[in-house]
Amino acid sequence: MKKAKQNDSAAIVPTMSNWELTKRRIWRNKELYLIILPVLVYYILFHYKPMYGLIIAFQDYSPRRGIWGSDWVGLQNFKDFFGGIYFWRLLRNTLSISLVTLVVGFPAPIILALLVNELRSKLFSRITQTITYMPHFVSMVVLCAMIREFVAEDGFITQFLVKFFGYDGKNLLSRGAYFTPIYAISNIWQGVGWGSIVYLAALTGIDMELYEAARVDGAGRWKQTIHITIPSIAPTIIVMLIMRMGQIMSVGHEKIILLYNEGIYDKADVISTYVYRMGIVNRQYSFSAAVGMFNSVVNFILVIAANQISKKVSETSLW
Amino acid sequence: MARRVKNPNKIKRSRGEEIFNVFNIIFLSLLMLACLYPFWYVICASFSKSSLMMGHSGALFKPLGFSLAAYKKVFENRSIWIGYGNTIFYVVAGTALNIFMTVLGAYFLSRKNVPGRTPIMLMIMFTMYFSGGMIPGFLNIQSLGLYDNRLVLIVTGAISTFNLIIMRTAMASIDACMEESARLDGANHFTILFKIMLPLTKATVAVLVLYYGVAHWNSWFNAMIYLEDKMKEPLQLVLRQILIINDLSDMGMGEDSEMVSETIKHATIIVSTVPILALYPFLQKYFVKGMMVGAVKG
Repeated sequence: MKKAKQNDSAAIVPTMSNWELTKRRIWRNKELYLIILPVLVYYILFHYKPMYGLIIAFQDYSPRRGIWGSDWVGLQNFKDFFGGIYFWRLLRNTLSISLVTLVVGFPAPIILALLVNELRSKLFSRITQTITYMPHFVSMVVLCAMIREFVAEDGFITQFLVKFFGYDGKNLLSRGAYFTPIYAISNIWQGVGWGSIVYLAALTGIDMELYEAARVDGAGRWKQTIHITIPSIAPTIIVMLIMRMGQIMSVGHEKIILLYNEGIYDKADVISTYVYRMGIVNRQYSFSAAVGMFNSVVNFILVIAANQISKKVSETSLW
Repeated sequence: MARRVKNPNKIKRSRGEEIFNVFNIIFLSLLMLACLYPFWYVICASFSKSSLMMGHSGALFKPLGFSLAAYKKVFENRSIWIGYGNTIFYVVAGTALNIFMTVLGAYFLSRKNVPGRTPIMLMIMFTMYFSGGMIPGFLNIQSLGLYDNRLVLIVTGAISTFNLIIMRTAMASIDACMEESARLDGANHFTILFKIMLPLTKATVAVLVLYYGVAHWNSWFNAMIYLEDKMKEPLQLVLRQILIINDLSDMGMGEDSEMVSETIKHATIIVSTVPILALYPFLQKYFVKGMMVGAVKG
């Protein structure tokens, strides 16, 4: 593309070399470079400098000696992590929390959007949307505080389980087995309405004539949903799903830190929370940087793979 | 499930459809109830008498007794108001910087024929998919001397790359003629950006103000790891101390602490969440619009 432009200009001003032309264009746009300068400084300072800082993963980093003065240890930190007792537990928890959240959480907003779309009353539809979007605006800290309260021994969720399912009444967060369901269900509670917006947008884009034609052919609502609605939003669903697959190894630390406790690390500790405890709390900088780097690299590979698949399947991609 | 429509020319519904409709409305009503009930519970608990709450377990449908003691304690709590003040500062200053930086970046990236645009774009996009991670980020903040400095909550996320791309898309869709004619009139890039581009993309800017603003309002983790001074803590971190860590010492709990211990957390949740929930119905359409803009790409 760049080459073609240069050729164009060269045709107009044949005496000028390409370099001369580029120089001219740079000079003509000097204000633009001034505009982008703060942005570049930001990205270098807050994104690329930490990437450079990843070399401490190959060191025995000491803050006093700095990156230049610390001893190199090669892949020792990675070996320690892969050979450590927590590696499989962390991998298992990260993948299982992520997969469960995906499997139950991904279809939920699609189903909600389809149901809202079937509503005939505009008012009821608007009310449903407004109310289901609301939990999205609860901050993470408050959300987790509410969860902790509701699943405590005298919380209404625990008491509900006691009454109707014969649960023994212990705090749900004191049992590892309940952590993933609590995490996934609260995610749905908070995100289902908000997540449905994308699909509702796709639904409004469907050509109404398709439905009319189907009706003339005698198709009921159910048939219309199966043969028109779902195929029409399938591209959106596929893209969203593939992109979500790219994040399968990244489970955020914030919500888990607010919810878990030492007693359920066995089921609740994931890579990102482990990095937080090892690095920020215990100050094992090099080791935790190595763990984090492993996670970042895997995530990067997954996103690239997801994007490639998306390109093949739906001709839609992020870049 | 649905039967054939008997008369295709009339929109007549089969029995299956009618049944489905009834179930649909019941199901969605239950869903709304599930969305609302936790809020209702917290509201009821916050107005209840602590002594009655103490012996209570399970669901609540109305306050147990009526007491404003918990609210009184919350309003008397200095750390909550300091947190509120700090959060307002972080939201306003942070969002202002966010918008300024995002607009600068988006303007550059939406220009055509600028040498170096593609590599800069790639360099920016790359950060969406790969990062140094938590620890190098943490050490970086320390080495920049931002540790325990209020600025850290303002500058660390100065640009969200995702939002930058939304903004760039909006600016790129502005007709180039506008710019050309302004250029012919002798306008420089700064004039074009602030006098032409910004007014034309103000709907997108509004959406981004909301996105950035909410992100600042909700953020607590960076404050937790980067700030030591309690006077600088944003509201969410104060809330974490009270609600998650169960540290009620700042509540000035004295003789009467028993009176509110069961209800004070609920009152705290209400006081900290109501402003956002009260604003949200008015802002909803902007948020939804933002989601649509974002959905176009990604």
